[in-house]
Amino acid sequence: MIKAQNADMLIAGPAFNAGRYGAACGTISKFVQDELGIPVVTAMYIENPGVDMYRKDLYIIETGNSAAAMRTAVPAVAKFAVKLAEGATIGRPAEEGYIERGIRRNVFVDKIGAQRAVEMLVSKLNDQPFETEYPMPVFDHVAPGKAIKDLSKAKIALVTSGGIVPKGNPDRIESSSASKYGKYDIESISDLTFETYETAHGGFDPVYCNDDSDRVLPVDVLRDLEKEGKIGELYRYFYTTTGNGTSVKNSNEFAEEFTKDLIADGVDAVILTST
Amino acid sequence: MVKAIERSGIPVVHIATVVPISLTVGANRIVPAIAIPHPLGNPALDPAEEKKLRRRIVERALHALTVEVTEQTVFDK
Repeated sequence: MIKAQNADMLIAGPAFNAGRYGAACGTISKFVQDELGIPVVTAMYIENPGVDMYRKDLYIIETGNSAAAMRTAVPAVAKFAVKLAEGATIGRPAEEGYIERGIRRNVFVDKIGAQRAVEMLVSKLNDQPFETEYPMPVFDHVAPGKAIKDLSKAKIALVTSGGIVPKGNPDRIESSSASKYGKYDIESISDLTFETYETAHGGFDPVYCNDDSDRVLPVDVLRDLEKEGKIGELYRYFYTTTGNGTSVKNSNEFAEEFTKDLIADGVDAVILTST
Repeated sequence: MVKAIERSGIPVVHIATVVPISLTVGANRIVPAIAIPHPLGNPALDPAEEKKLRRRIVERALHALTVEVTEQTVFDK
């Protein structure tokens, strides 16, 4: 389609903090860059998963976290796109507004490394501001939890980012950028129905989920497996929030908080579903 | 959320449609889902078939919890 149009350039986004949109922008941009060899630029918020996936391959203009930032994002993208199209030299990320790609370019500077290092150390010792020339990468891998030895004795908890809530969303979980999570009792529930549950998530077509929320939170199947003795127990509560644009910071805090319950109640494993 | 829970030592399996996102955010055990609006379902099937489909995915997820992993692993069989 793009080839047929004889496009000179591709601009994808801005995706802001929409994760699937960011992933899509990155994927199409890289493909076009590789296959058609035309310049591409995309744009998204720093926490968008598309950034981690494609920052090494693409120019990604950094934007705010929602479409409310459109009026600053578009001029930034346009300015960069023009420069790129003209074949002008692209400067450093901070100057041009794109996210650091992890590419090192050799430049000549006036002071030798030894001098710069000592000056940086002196600033550090004097509690004065300094700027590192090479930020250390942050590795955030978590060790996998130990495998369950015997499922028939295991207590399994359900957690979802699909925003499943009791019908009517009594706690008013937001459809995007959730500021809270819900904890709901499913002790007597064997099946989620149109009458009893729905989704609060505003980032996907809710029709199928509202008809049957088991499609996002599989309570019916887990209840069957519990009755058949295939799992020890389905944990009494499920935890839910809306993944749509919710900050990493908030998601982390919610999970850290409710994980205390999981540990206190002897939960052995978690099935987390996402849309 | 996956990592925050797993940091406590509790194993987590992530059932998600866009596996590359799950990999990027760092889930260790991943099971691909059917589609964004119905990760554990398919409205095109009749209800009994759909429930069988859902059960297969859940069983795969439970199986993933019984497998020791040392790195991020997608359980797609």
